Amino acid sequence: MIQATQRILSRIGRATLAVFQSIGALILFALTAVSHIFRPPFYFGAFVRQLLNIGYFSLPVVGLTALFTGAALALQIYSGGSRFNAEAVVPQIVAIGMVRELGPVLVGLMIAARVTSSIAAEIATMKVTEQIDALTTLSTNPMKYLTTPRVLAAFLVVPLLVGIGDIIGIMGGFFVSTSRLGFNPSNYIQNTADFLTFIDIVSSLTKGAVFGFIAALMGCYYGMNSNRGAQGVGEATKSSVVVASVLILASNYLLTEMFFSS
Amino acid sequence: MITIKDLHKSFGPKTVLNGVNMHIAAGHSMVIIGGSGTGKSVLLKNILGLITPDSGSIEVNGIDPNTRNRDAFLDMFGMLFQGGALFDSLPIWQNVSFRLLQGKHKLSNSEAHEIAVEKLRRVGLRPEVADQYPGELSGGMQKRVGLARAIAAEPEIIFFDEPTTGLDPIMSGVINELIREIVVEMGATAMTITHDMSSVRAIADEVAMLHEGVVQWTGKVGDMDNSGDPYLDQFINARPDGPIEAIR
Repeated sequence: MIQATQRILSRIGRATLAVFQSIGALILFALTAVSHIFRPPFYFGAFVRQLLNIGYFSLPVVGLTALFTGAALALQIYSGGSRFNAEAVVPQIVAIGMVRELGPVLVGLMIAARVTSSIAAEIATMKVTEQIDALTTLSTNPMKYLTTPRVLAAFLVVPLLVGIGDIIGIMGGFFVSTSRLGFNPSNYIQNTADFLTFIDIVSSLTKGAVFGFIAALMGCYYGMNSNRGAQGVGEATKSSVVVASVLILASNYLLTEMFFSS
Repeated sequence: MITIKDLHKSFGPKTVLNGVNMHIAAGHSMVIIGGSGTGKSVLLKNILGLITPDSGSIEVNGIDPNTRNRDAFLDMFGMLFQGGALFDSLPIWQNVSFRLLQGKHKLSNSEAHEIAVEKLRRVGLRPEVADQYPGELSGGMQKRVGLARAIAAEPEIIFFDEPTTGLDPIMSGVINELIREIVVEMGATAMTITHDMSSVRAIADEVAMLHEGVVQWTGKVGDMDNSGDPYLDQFINARPDGPIEAIR
Protein backbone atom coordinates (compact mmCIF):
# COMPACT_ATOMS: atom_id res chain seq x y z
CA MET A 1 0.00 0.00 0.00
CA ILE A 2 2.78 2.43 0.98
CA GLN A 3 4.81 1.39 -2.06
CA ALA A 4 1.84 1.94 -4.39
CA THR A 5 1.29 5.42 -2.91
CA GLN A 6 4.98 6.20 -3.32
CA ARG A 7 4.84 5.10 -6.95
CA ILE A 8 1.83 7.33 -7.65
CA LEU A 9 3.42 10.30 -5.87
CA SER A 10 6.67 9.72 -7.74
CA ARG A 11 4.82 9.71 -11.09
CA ILE A 12 3.00 12.92 -10.19
CA GLY A 13 6.31 14.46 -9.15
CA ARG A 14 8.01 13.43 -12.39
CA ALA A 15 5.13 14.74 -14.48
CA THR A 16 5.14 18.06 -12.58
CA LEU A 17 8.88 18.42 -13.04
CA ALA A 18 8.53 17.63 -16.76
CA VAL A 19 5.86 20.33 -17.13
CA PHE A 20 8.04 22.93 -15.38
CA GLN A 21 11.05 21.82 -17.44
CA SER A 22 9.07 22.32 -20.66
CA ILE A 23 7.84 25.75 -19.54
CA GLY A 24 11.40 26.75 -18.59
CA ALA A 25 12.78 25.51 -21.93
CA LEU A 26 10.09 27.40 -23.83
CA ILE A 27 10.73 30.65 -21.93
CA LEU A 28 14.47 30.31 -22.51
CA PHE A 29 13.83 29.65 -26.21
CA ALA A 30 11.61 32.74 -26.46
CA LEU A 31 14.14 34.95 -24.67
CA THR A 32 16.96 33.70 -26.91
CA ALA A 33 14.89 34.36 -30.04
CA VAL A 34 14.03 37.89 -28.86
CA SER A 35 17.61 38.66 -27.77
CA HIS A 36 18.86 37.91 -31.31
CA ILE A 37 16.68 40.75 -32.66
CA PHE A 38 19.10 43.18 -31.02
CA ARG A 39 22.39 41.37 -31.74
CA PRO A 40 24.07 41.26 -35.18
CA PRO A 41 24.32 39.68 -37.67
CA PHE A 42 20.81 40.39 -38.99
CA TYR A 43 19.35 38.29 -41.79
CA PHE A 44 17.32 40.95 -43.56
CA GLY A 45 16.60 38.77 -46.62
CA ALA A 46 15.22 35.96 -44.44
CA PHE A 47 13.10 38.51 -42.54
CA VAL A 48 11.58 39.93 -45.75
CA ARG A 49 10.85 36.40 -47.04
CA GLN A 50 8.98 35.68 -43.80
CA LEU A 51 7.04 38.95 -44.01
CA LEU A 52 5.82 37.83 -47.42
CA ASN A 53 5.16 34.25 -46.38
CA ILE A 54 3.37 35.02 -43.11
CA GLY A 55 1.71 38.27 -44.15
CA TYR A 56 1.06 38.50 -47.86
CA PHE A 57 0.38 34.83 -48.54
CA SER A 58 -2.00 34.58 -45.55
CA LEU A 59 -4.23 37.34 -46.93
CA PRO A 60 -6.62 35.06 -48.90
CA VAL A 61 -7.36 32.74 -45.96
CA VAL A 62 -7.66 35.65 -43.51
CA GLY A 63 -9.89 37.63 -45.89
CA LEU A 64 -12.26 34.75 -46.63
CA THR A 65 -12.51 33.75 -42.96
CA ALA A 66 -13.28 37.31 -41.88
CA LEU A 67 -15.75 37.90 -44.72
CA PHE A 68 -17.89 34.85 -43.98
CA THR A 69 -17.66 35.33 -40.21
CA GLY A 70 -18.79 38.98 -40.45
CA ALA A 71 -21.65 38.00 -42.75
CA ALA A 72 -22.82 35.16 -40.49
CA LEU A 73 -22.45 37.38 -37.42
CA ALA A 74 -24.76 40.01 -38.95
CA LEU A 75 -27.42 37.36 -39.65
CA GLN A 76 -27.12 35.93 -36.11
CA ILE A 77 -27.37 39.34 -34.42
CA TYR A 78 -30.33 40.30 -36.55
CA SER A 79 -32.07 37.02 -35.84
CA GLY A 80 -31.24 37.07 -32.09
CA GLY A 81 -31.88 40.80 -31.72
CA SER A 82 -35.33 40.52 -33.31
CA ARG A 83 -36.47 38.49 -30.28
CA PHE A 84 -36.38 41.67 -28.18
CA ASN A 85 -36.76 44.29 -30.93
CA ALA A 86 -33.03 45.08 -31.09
CA GLU A 87 -32.41 44.39 -34.79
CA ALA A 88 -31.03 47.90 -35.24
CA VAL A 89 -27.85 47.15 -33.26
CA VAL A 90 -26.40 44.90 -36.00
CA PRO A 91 -23.75 47.44 -37.19
CA GLN A 92 -22.53 48.15 -33.67
CA ILE A 93 -22.38 44.51 -32.55
CA VAL A 94 -20.76 43.32 -35.77
CA ALA A 95 -18.12 46.04 -35.38
CA ILE A 96 -17.39 45.38 -31.73
CA GLY A 97 -17.56 41.59 -32.17
CA MET A 98 -15.17 41.59 -35.11
CA VAL A 99 -12.70 44.16 -33.79
CA ARG A 100 -12.51 43.11 -30.16
CA GLU A 101 -12.83 39.33 -30.44
CA LEU A 102 -13.55 37.49 -33.66
CA GLY A 103 -11.09 39.35 -35.88
CA PRO A 104 -7.97 38.77 -33.75
CA VAL A 105 -8.93 35.28 -32.57
CA LEU A 106 -9.88 33.94 -35.99
CA VAL A 107 -6.83 35.47 -37.64
CA GLY A 108 -4.69 34.05 -34.81
CA LEU A 109 -6.16 30.58 -35.29
CA MET A 110 -5.82 30.76 -39.07
CA ILE A 111 -2.19 31.79 -38.66
CA ALA A 112 -1.69 28.88 -36.25
CA ALA A 113 -3.18 26.53 -38.85
CA ARG A 114 -1.32 27.92 -41.84
CA VAL A 115 1.92 29.39 -40.52
CA THR A 116 2.69 27.49 -37.29
CA SER A 117 2.22 24.14 -38.99
CA SER A 118 4.33 25.17 -41.96
CA ILE A 119 7.16 26.56 -39.80
CA ALA A 120 7.20 23.47 -37.55
CA ALA A 121 7.19 21.04 -40.49
CA GLU A 122 9.87 22.99 -42.37
CA ILE A 123 12.26 23.32 -39.43
CA ALA A 124 11.65 19.74 -38.25
CA THR A 125 12.42 18.47 -41.76
CA MET A 126 15.56 20.62 -41.80
CA LYS A 127 16.55 18.96 -38.53
CA VAL A 128 15.87 15.45 -39.85
CA THR A 129 17.89 16.10 -43.01
CA GLU A 130 20.81 17.63 -41.01
CA GLN A 131 20.26 21.10 -42.51
CA ILE A 132 20.29 22.60 -39.00
CA ASP A 133 23.67 20.96 -38.32
CA ALA A 134 24.84 22.22 -41.71
CA LEU A 135 23.87 25.77 -40.75
CA THR A 136 25.94 25.48 -37.57
CA THR A 137 28.98 24.14 -39.40
CA LEU A 138 28.63 27.08 -41.81
CA SER A 139 29.10 29.45 -38.83
CA THR A 140 25.41 30.41 -38.85
CA ASN A 141 23.38 30.34 -35.66
CA PRO A 142 20.13 28.45 -36.47
CA MET A 143 18.20 30.44 -33.84
CA LYS A 144 19.30 33.69 -35.44
CA TYR A 145 18.79 32.53 -39.04
CA LEU A 146 15.57 30.53 -38.68
CA THR A 147 13.71 31.55 -35.52
CA THR A 148 14.28 35.28 -35.07
CA PRO A 149 13.21 36.39 -38.59
CA ARG A 150 10.03 34.28 -38.33
CA VAL A 151 9.08 35.45 -34.84
CA LEU A 152 9.80 39.12 -35.61
CA ALA A 153 7.97 38.99 -38.95
CA ALA A 154 4.89 37.38 -37.37
CA PHE A 155 4.94 39.87 -34.47
CA LEU A 156 4.91 42.79 -36.92
CA VAL A 157 2.71 41.49 -39.71
CA VAL A 158 -0.11 39.67 -37.89
CA PRO A 159 -1.49 42.93 -36.40
CA LEU A 160 -1.78 44.19 -39.99
CA LEU A 161 -3.61 40.99 -40.95
CA VAL A 162 -5.91 41.46 -37.96
CA GLY A 163 -6.62 45.05 -39.05
CA ILE A 164 -7.41 43.86 -42.57
CA GLY A 165 -9.51 40.99 -41.17
CA ASP A 166 -11.46 43.42 -38.98
CA ILE A 167 -12.27 45.64 -41.96
CA ILE A 168 -13.23 42.71 -44.21
CA GLY A 169 -15.36 41.18 -41.43
CA ILE A 170 -17.21 44.45 -40.94
CA MET A 171 -17.67 44.65 -44.71
CA GLY A 172 -19.09 41.11 -44.70
CA GLY A 173 -21.67 42.23 -42.15
CA PHE A 174 -22.28 45.39 -44.18
CA PHE A 175 -23.00 43.49 -47.41
CA VAL A 176 -25.44 41.07 -45.76
CA SER A 177 -27.14 43.81 -43.73
CA THR A 178 -27.61 46.17 -46.67
CA SER A 179 -28.48 43.58 -49.31
CA ARG A 180 -30.63 41.16 -47.29
CA LEU A 181 -31.70 42.83 -44.05
CA GLY A 182 -32.73 46.22 -45.41
CA PHE A 183 -30.16 48.45 -43.65
CA ASN A 184 -29.28 51.80 -45.15
CA PRO A 185 -25.62 51.68 -46.31
CA SER A 186 -24.59 55.15 -45.14
CA ASN A 187 -26.31 54.72 -41.77
CA TYR A 188 -24.64 51.35 -41.34
CA ILE A 189 -21.18 52.81 -41.90
CA GLN A 190 -21.94 55.82 -39.71
CA ASN A 191 -23.16 53.60 -36.84
CA THR A 192 -20.09 51.38 -37.13
CA ALA A 193 -17.68 54.33 -37.11
CA ASP A 194 -19.45 56.07 -34.24
CA PHE A 195 -19.52 53.02 -32.03
CA LEU A 196 -15.90 51.84 -32.31
CA THR A 197 -13.42 53.43 -29.88
CA PHE A 198 -9.66 53.87 -30.00
CA ILE A 199 -9.13 51.21 -27.34
CA ASP A 200 -11.10 48.67 -29.42
CA ILE A 201 -8.64 49.09 -32.26
CA VAL A 202 -5.57 49.12 -29.98
CA SER A 203 -6.72 45.93 -28.26
CA SER A 204 -7.31 44.25 -31.61
CA LEU A 205 -3.86 45.09 -32.96
CA THR A 206 -2.16 44.19 -29.64
CA LYS A 207 -3.86 40.82 -29.70
CA GLY A 208 -2.64 40.36 -33.27
CA ALA A 209 0.97 41.06 -32.27
CA VAL A 210 0.80 38.64 -29.31
CA PHE A 211 -0.92 35.92 -31.35
CA GLY A 212 1.61 36.32 -34.18
CA PHE A 213 4.48 36.00 -31.70
CA ILE A 214 2.94 32.87 -30.16
CA ALA A 215 2.17 31.26 -33.53
CA ALA A 216 5.68 31.69 -34.96
CA LEU A 217 7.41 30.87 -31.68
CA MET A 218 5.53 27.58 -31.26
CA GLY A 219 6.31 26.55 -34.85
CA CYS A 220 10.00 27.24 -34.34
CA TYR A 221 10.16 25.66 -30.87
CA TYR A 222 8.52 22.38 -31.86
CA GLY A 223 10.44 22.29 -35.15
CA MET A 224 13.80 22.79 -33.45
CA ASN A 225 13.00 20.22 -30.75
CA SER A 226 11.45 17.57 -33.00
CA ASN A 227 12.49 13.95 -32.91
CA ARG A 228 14.09 12.28 -35.87
CA GLY A 229 12.10 10.64 -38.66
CA ALA A 230 8.78 11.25 -40.36
CA GLN A 231 6.90 10.55 -37.15
CA GLY A 232 8.95 13.23 -35.36
CA VAL A 233 8.05 15.79 -38.05
CA GLY A 234 4.36 14.87 -37.83
CA GLU A 235 4.38 15.04 -34.04
CA ALA A 236 6.14 18.43 -34.03
CA THR A 237 3.64 19.84 -36.52
CA LYS A 238 0.62 18.57 -34.61
CA SER A 239 1.89 19.69 -31.18
CA SER A 240 2.87 23.13 -32.44
CA VAL A 241 -0.61 23.85 -33.85
CA VAL A 242 -2.42 22.48 -30.78
CA VAL A 243 -0.27 24.38 -28.27
CA ALA A 244 -0.28 27.59 -30.35
CA SER A 245 -4.10 27.48 -30.63
CA VAL A 246 -4.58 26.90 -26.90
CA LEU A 247 -2.07 29.64 -25.99
CA ILE A 248 -3.75 32.06 -28.42
CA LEU A 249 -7.16 31.44 -26.80
CA ALA A 250 -5.73 31.67 -23.27
CA SER A 251 -3.82 34.86 -24.01
CA ASN A 252 -6.93 36.27 -25.69
CA TYR A 253 -8.76 35.92 -22.38
CA LEU A 254 -5.91 37.56 -20.44
CA LEU A 255 -5.66 40.45 -22.90
CA THR A 256 -9.43 40.96 -22.82
CA GLU A 257 -9.22 41.11 -19.01
CA MET A 258 -6.39 43.59 -19.29
CA PHE A 259 -8.14 45.91 -21.75
CA PHE A 260 -11.78 45.68 -20.80
CA SER A 261 -12.32 44.28 -17.29
CA SER A 262 -12.60 47.73 -15.71
CA MET B 1 45.85 19.05 -36.61
CA ILE B 2 43.21 17.31 -34.48
CA THR B 3 44.04 15.74 -31.11
CA ILE B 4 41.48 13.78 -29.11
CA LYS B 5 42.29 12.51 -25.62
CA ASP B 6 40.28 10.04 -23.55
CA LEU B 7 36.91 11.19 -24.94
CA HIS B 8 33.78 9.88 -23.21
CA LYS B 9 30.18 10.43 -24.20
CA SER B 10 27.01 8.70 -23.03
CA PHE B 11 23.36 9.21 -23.86
CA GLY B 12 21.41 8.14 -20.78
CA PRO B 13 22.55 4.63 -19.89
CA LYS B 14 24.12 4.05 -23.31
CA THR B 15 27.85 4.70 -23.49
CA VAL B 16 28.81 5.62 -27.04
CA LEU B 17 32.40 6.85 -26.66
CA ASN B 18 34.37 5.19 -23.93
CA GLY B 19 37.82 6.75 -24.00
CA VAL B 20 38.67 7.61 -27.60
CA ASN B 21 42.23 8.73 -28.33
CA MET B 22 43.18 9.92 -31.79
CA HIS B 23 45.62 12.20 -33.56
CA ILE B 24 45.24 13.48 -37.10
CA ALA B 25 48.24 15.36 -38.41
CA ALA B 26 47.80 18.48 -40.54
CA GLY B 27 47.29 17.66 -44.22
CA HIS B 28 46.55 13.98 -43.55
CA SER B 29 43.42 12.09 -44.50
CA MET B 30 41.99 9.94 -41.70
CA VAL B 31 39.12 7.57 -42.36
CA ILE B 32 37.05 6.31 -39.43
CA ILE B 33 35.40 2.95 -39.95
CA GLY B 34 33.25 0.79 -37.70
CA GLY B 35 29.83 -0.80 -37.49
CA SER B 36 26.59 1.13 -37.16
CA GLY B 37 26.13 2.68 -33.73
CA THR B 38 29.81 2.57 -32.79
CA GLY B 39 29.95 6.34 -32.30
CA LYS B 40 31.55 7.57 -35.53
CA SER B 41 29.04 10.38 -36.08
CA VAL B 42 29.03 11.23 -32.37
CA LEU B 43 32.81 11.59 -32.49
CA LEU B 44 32.55 13.92 -35.47
CA LYS B 45 29.84 16.03 -33.81
CA ASN B 46 31.97 16.28 -30.67
CA ILE B 47 34.87 17.64 -32.71
CA LEU B 48 32.61 20.26 -34.28
CA GLY B 49 31.20 21.17 -30.87
CA LEU B 50 27.65 20.18 -31.90
CA ILE B 51 27.69 17.80 -28.90
CA THR B 52 29.51 18.39 -25.62
CA PRO B 53 31.56 15.41 -24.39
CA ASP B 54 31.12 14.08 -20.84
CA SER B 55 34.89 14.08 -20.31
CA GLY B 56 38.16 14.13 -22.22
CA SER B 57 39.57 16.80 -24.47
CA ILE B 58 39.55 17.80 -28.12
CA GLU B 59 41.89 20.30 -29.72
CA VAL B 60 41.73 21.47 -33.32
CA ASN B 61 44.86 23.42 -34.20
CA GLY B 62 45.19 24.00 -30.44
CA ILE B 63 41.64 25.35 -30.05
CA ASP B 64 38.89 23.76 -27.93
CA PRO B 65 35.59 23.31 -29.87
CA ASN B 66 33.71 25.10 -27.08
CA THR B 67 35.81 28.22 -27.48
CA ARG B 68 33.98 31.52 -27.04
CA ASN B 69 34.78 32.44 -30.64
CA ARG B 70 32.75 29.66 -32.23
CA ASP B 71 32.46 31.37 -35.61
CA ALA B 72 36.23 31.58 -36.04
CA PHE B 73 36.52 27.94 -34.91
CA LEU B 74 33.87 26.72 -37.36
CA ASP B 75 35.41 28.79 -40.16
CA MET B 76 38.25 26.22 -40.17
CA PHE B 77 35.83 23.47 -41.27
CA GLY B 78 34.03 22.35 -44.36
CA MET B 79 31.66 19.42 -44.15
CA LEU B 80 29.96 17.09 -46.58
CA PHE B 81 26.87 15.63 -44.91
CA GLN B 82 25.57 12.13 -45.53
CA GLY B 83 22.38 13.27 -47.25
CA GLY B 84 23.90 16.44 -48.67
CA ALA B 85 21.94 18.65 -46.22
CA LEU B 86 21.42 21.24 -48.94
CA PHE B 87 19.01 24.07 -48.13
CA ASP B 88 15.88 23.34 -50.19
CA SER B 89 14.73 26.95 -50.27
CA LEU B 90 17.95 28.32 -51.76
CA PRO B 91 19.29 27.93 -55.32
CA ILE B 92 22.41 25.82 -55.73
CA TRP B 93 24.79 28.79 -56.06
CA GLN B 94 23.58 30.20 -52.73
CA ASN B 95 23.98 26.76 -51.13
CA VAL B 96 27.55 26.50 -52.38
CA SER B 97 28.54 30.04 -51.41
CA PHE B 98 26.42 30.16 -48.22
CA ARG B 99 29.37 30.88 -45.95
CA LEU B 100 30.73 33.51 -48.33
CA LEU B 101 27.43 35.39 -48.15
CA GLN B 102 27.53 35.68 -44.34
CA GLY B 103 29.70 37.38 -41.77
CA LYS B 104 32.09 40.29 -41.73
CA HIS B 105 33.86 39.42 -44.98
CA LYS B 106 30.70 38.76 -46.92
CA LEU B 107 31.00 38.88 -50.70
CA SER B 108 28.61 40.50 -53.14
CA ASN B 109 26.07 38.25 -54.86
CA SER B 110 27.93 38.40 -58.19
CA GLU B 111 31.28 37.48 -56.59
CA ALA B 112 29.67 34.64 -54.62
CA HIS B 113 27.90 33.38 -57.76
CA GLU B 114 31.20 33.37 -59.65
CA ILE B 115 32.95 31.36 -56.90
CA ALA B 116 29.99 28.96 -56.71
CA VAL B 117 30.18 28.30 -60.46
CA GLU B 118 33.94 27.74 -60.22
CA LYS B 119 33.53 25.25 -57.33
CA LEU B 120 30.69 23.50 -59.15
CA ARG B 121 32.94 23.14 -62.18
CA ARG B 122 35.65 21.71 -59.88
CA VAL B 123 33.29 18.92 -58.80
CA GLY B 124 32.22 18.24 -62.39
CA LEU B 125 28.94 20.14 -62.58
CA ARG B 126 27.93 22.51 -65.37
CA PRO B 127 27.41 26.23 -64.62
CA GLU B 128 23.66 25.94 -65.43
CA VAL B 129 23.26 23.86 -62.26
CA ALA B 130 24.04 26.99 -60.21
CA ASP B 131 20.57 28.42 -60.76
CA GLN B 132 18.66 25.20 -60.11
CA TYR B 133 17.25 24.10 -56.74
CA PRO B 134 18.39 21.02 -54.74
CA GLY B 135 15.09 19.20 -55.40
CA GLU B 136 15.82 19.26 -59.14
CA LEU B 137 19.10 17.32 -58.80
CA SER B 138 19.87 13.59 -58.58
CA GLY B 139 21.45 12.10 -55.43
CA GLY B 140 24.90 12.03 -57.04
CA MET B 141 24.64 15.65 -58.15
CA GLN B 142 23.50 16.68 -54.66
CA LYS B 143 26.60 15.00 -53.21
CA ARG B 144 28.77 16.95 -55.63
CA VAL B 145 27.03 20.18 -54.65
CA GLY B 146 27.58 19.27 -50.98
CA LEU B 147 31.25 18.73 -51.81
CA ALA B 148 31.41 22.08 -53.62
CA ARG B 149 29.88 23.76 -50.54
CA ALA B 150 32.37 22.02 -48.25
CA ILE B 151 35.32 23.42 -50.21
CA ALA B 152 33.83 26.83 -51.18
CA ALA B 153 35.54 28.78 -48.40
CA GLU B 154 38.77 26.75 -48.77
CA PRO B 155 38.75 25.39 -45.22
CA GLU B 156 41.78 23.92 -43.45
CA ILE B 157 39.82 20.84 -42.34
CA ILE B 158 37.15 18.92 -44.26
CA PHE B 159 34.80 16.30 -42.80
CA PHE B 160 33.06 13.77 -45.00
CA ASP B 161 30.15 11.89 -43.42
CA GLU B 162 29.37 8.73 -45.40
CA PRO B 163 30.20 10.40 -48.72
CA THR B 164 29.14 7.48 -50.93
CA THR B 165 26.05 6.22 -49.10
CA GLY B 166 23.12 5.76 -51.48
CA LEU B 167 25.19 6.14 -54.65
CA ASP B 168 25.79 3.56 -57.38
CA PRO B 169 29.33 2.08 -57.57
CA ILE B 170 30.40 4.25 -60.51
CA MET B 171 29.20 7.48 -58.87
CA SER B 172 30.82 6.32 -55.60
CA GLY B 173 34.10 5.94 -57.46
CA VAL B 174 33.74 9.41 -58.96
CA ILE B 175 33.05 10.98 -55.54
CA ASN B 176 35.94 9.09 -53.91
CA GLU B 177 38.29 10.26 -56.64
CA LEU B 178 37.07 13.85 -56.31
CA ILE B 179 37.53 13.83 -52.55
CA ARG B 180 41.07 12.51 -52.85
CA GLU B 181 42.01 15.01 -55.55
CA ILE B 182 40.53 17.96 -53.69
CA VAL B 183 42.10 17.06 -50.35
CA VAL B 184 45.53 16.68 -51.94
CA GLU B 185 45.12 19.83 -54.04
CA MET B 186 44.02 21.96 -51.08
CA GLY B 187 46.44 20.38 -48.61
CA ALA B 188 43.52 20.11 -46.19
CA THR B 189 43.25 17.84 -43.17
CA ALA B 190 40.44 15.39 -43.88
CA MET B 191 38.34 13.14 -41.69
CA THR B 192 35.93 10.73 -43.33
CA ILE B 193 33.35 8.43 -41.82
CA THR B 194 32.38 5.51 -44.00
CA HIS B 195 31.35 1.87 -44.20
CA ASP B 196 32.44 1.67 -47.81
CA MET B 197 35.81 -0.09 -48.06
CA SER B 198 36.40 1.19 -51.59
CA SER B 199 36.14 4.73 -50.14
CA VAL B 200 38.60 3.81 -47.40
CA ARG B 201 41.19 2.61 -49.89
CA ALA B 202 40.64 5.60 -52.19
CA ILE B 203 40.59 8.39 -49.61
CA ALA B 204 42.64 7.35 -46.58
CA ASP B 205 46.21 7.98 -45.56
CA GLU B 206 45.37 6.50 -42.17
CA VAL B 207 42.50 4.44 -40.84
CA ALA B 208 40.98 4.16 -37.37
CA MET B 209 38.42 1.53 -36.47
CA LEU B 210 35.93 2.35 -33.74
CA HIS B 211 34.42 -0.52 -31.79
CA GLU B 212 32.51 -0.42 -28.51
CA GLY B 213 33.40 3.22 -27.95
CA VAL B 214 37.18 2.95 -28.34
CA VAL B 215 39.67 2.99 -31.19
CA GLN B 216 40.11 -0.74 -31.80
CA TRP B 217 42.83 -0.33 -34.40
CA THR B 218 44.61 2.55 -36.08
CA GLY B 219 47.34 2.63 -38.67
CA LYS B 220 48.26 3.38 -42.24
CA VAL B 221 45.83 2.29 -44.93
CA GLY B 222 48.50 0.05 -46.45
CA ASP B 223 48.84 -1.87 -43.17
CA MET B 224 45.13 -2.55 -42.88
CA ASP B 225 45.11 -5.90 -44.70
CA ASN B 226 47.90 -7.35 -42.58
CA SER B 227 46.99 -5.84 -39.23
CA GLY B 228 46.47 -9.14 -37.44
CA ASP B 229 43.57 -7.54 -35.59
CA PRO B 230 40.60 -9.95 -35.69
CA TYR B 231 38.04 -7.12 -35.37
CA LEU B 232 39.49 -5.18 -38.29
CA ASP B 233 39.90 -8.35 -40.37
CA GLN B 234 36.27 -9.29 -39.84
CA PHE B 235 35.10 -5.77 -40.72
CA ILE B 236 37.17 -5.15 -43.84
CA ASN B 237 36.50 -8.62 -45.22
CA ALA B 238 32.76 -8.35 -44.42
CA ARG B 239 32.75 -11.69 -42.60
CA PRO B 240 29.60 -12.48 -40.61
CA ASP B 241 31.59 -14.62 -38.13
CA GLY B 242 34.21 -13.20 -35.81
CA PRO B 243 34.60 -11.22 -32.60
CA ILE B 244 32.11 -8.53 -33.73
CA GLU B 245 28.64 -9.82 -32.99
CA ALA B 246 26.13 -9.27 -35.77
CA ILE B 247 22.52 -9.06 -34.66
CA ARG B 248 20.47 -11.24 -36.97
